[in-house]
Amino acid sequence: MLNVGKIEEGFVLDHIKAGESLNIYNKLGLDKLDCTVAILKNVRSDKMGKKDILKVECPLEMLDLDVLGFIDHNITVNVVKAGEIVEKKRLTLPKELKNVIKCKNPRCITSIEQELPHIFVLADEKKEIYRCKYCEEKAVKKI
Amino acid sequence: MRHLMSPLDFTVEELDKIFDLAGEIEKDPKRFAHVCDGKKLATCFYEPSTRTRLSFEAAMMNLGGNVIGFSEASSSSAAKGESVSDTIRVISCYADICAMRHPKEGAPMVAASKSLIPVINAGDGGHQHPTQTLTDLLTIRSLKGRLGGYTIGLCGDLKFGRTVHSLIRALLRYDNIHFVFISPEELKIPDYIIDELNEKNASYEEVIKLDDVMGKLDILYMTRVQRERFFNEEDYIRLKNFYILTKEKMLLAKPDMIVLHPLPRVNEISVEVDDDPRAAYFKQAQYGVYVRMALIMTLLNLEA
Ligand SMILES: [Zn+2]
Repeated sequence: MLNVGKIEEGFVLDHIKAGESLNIYNKLGLDKLDCTVAILKNVRSDKMGKKDILKVECPLEMLDLDVLGFIDHNITVNVVKAGEIVEKKRLTLPKELKNVIKCKNPRCITSIEQELPHIFVLADEKKEIYRCKYCEEKAVKKI
Repeated sequence: MRHLMSPLDFTVEELDKIFDLAGEIEKDPKRFAHVCDGKKLATCFYEPSTRTRLSFEAAMMNLGGNVIGFSEASSSSAAKGESVSDTIRVISCYADICAMRHPKEGAPMVAASKSLIPVINAGDGGHQHPTQTLTDLLTIRSLKGRLGGYTIGLCGDLKFGRTVHSLIRALLRYDNIHFVFISPEELKIPDYIIDELNEKNASYEEVIKLDDVMGKLDILYMTRVQRERFFNEEDYIRLKNFYILTKEKMLLAKPDMIVLHPLPRVNEISVEVDDDPRAAYFKQAQYGVYVRMALIMTLLNLEA
């Protein structure tokens, strides 16, 4: 395996579906942060065949777990402090998403009301369906 | 403080209480004539719906209260670009309770989140119209004596009809109802409603012609079949007669069946049916006032 230097403080996102790492990089807004990021693509994995890994060196509170849980709750979040993994976080589907996805229903109040947050609520956990809190429009899971 | 956004906001038990109260109001309206003395209802209608607005206003006035409001967006601050959140904060200073109709889905919910007074959704686009559903339920309960244990036919535009979808969802909470969906192929009940029926193991059938099922219905809920829903004029003309209720079709019905319709009617119920004692759609409008009276009292925590 390709060797990438250890990080001091930050997180390692493991078990990302192969090819999805750049999408997650963007959705987490890592492009806007001035921190060290390693993107590993198509890493061999016993469990998944191939997987992606993201290593990010940044303060721990910078990570939005809700967004990550929404994108793919199978991702493992390893929290790193002083160069060691101190915690493995399991992601769950967030009950509510605020300003993560936008309601696309043109008849929805979110289309005209000033500064109204776009809020989606987990309506069906099994089918992973989110609905707009206001108009109940279904959200497309893939973002 | 409670609001009413969707017909399912209240539990079955809470609805029973509201319907019991509406029943008392029906029996002795005078007893309730001063329950809302000194109180004000604001009817904030961002799009015109005269019938709904008048029903709310009549309800409040029957309770001794007063009414303020606007009946279209162009005459209100919305025309100047004021948000729903700002408007309701101001209305909260003027009135004790608000009924809001808005063309945008979810607008009353935004209002409720910022409001200091109870907000009733009086229709938000194609989304919800809970007081219509409560009206339908009260009418059935009052005329049939129960909310479960019958065969109900829903006839007409079942694809786009918000009223019908809300009613089905509300009725799914009661036992032993057999649903008969009567519509042209083009206007069949949508799959997601069928999914809900299957999930709840509800008993239902879908048919094309009203005549074929008329004899087994205890309740017939009529809706409009709008010309513009059809691709071409020929189909419309060919099909529309299946869905027009006439004296002849009424001959096939049970003697104690009731006919409901959310109104306004266009031509889907022939005027000659109006004198049939089974025609209950004008009574339904009366129940609409009773249920709104009971709702206003409930949300304002008032007793007679
Ligand atoms: Zn929406």
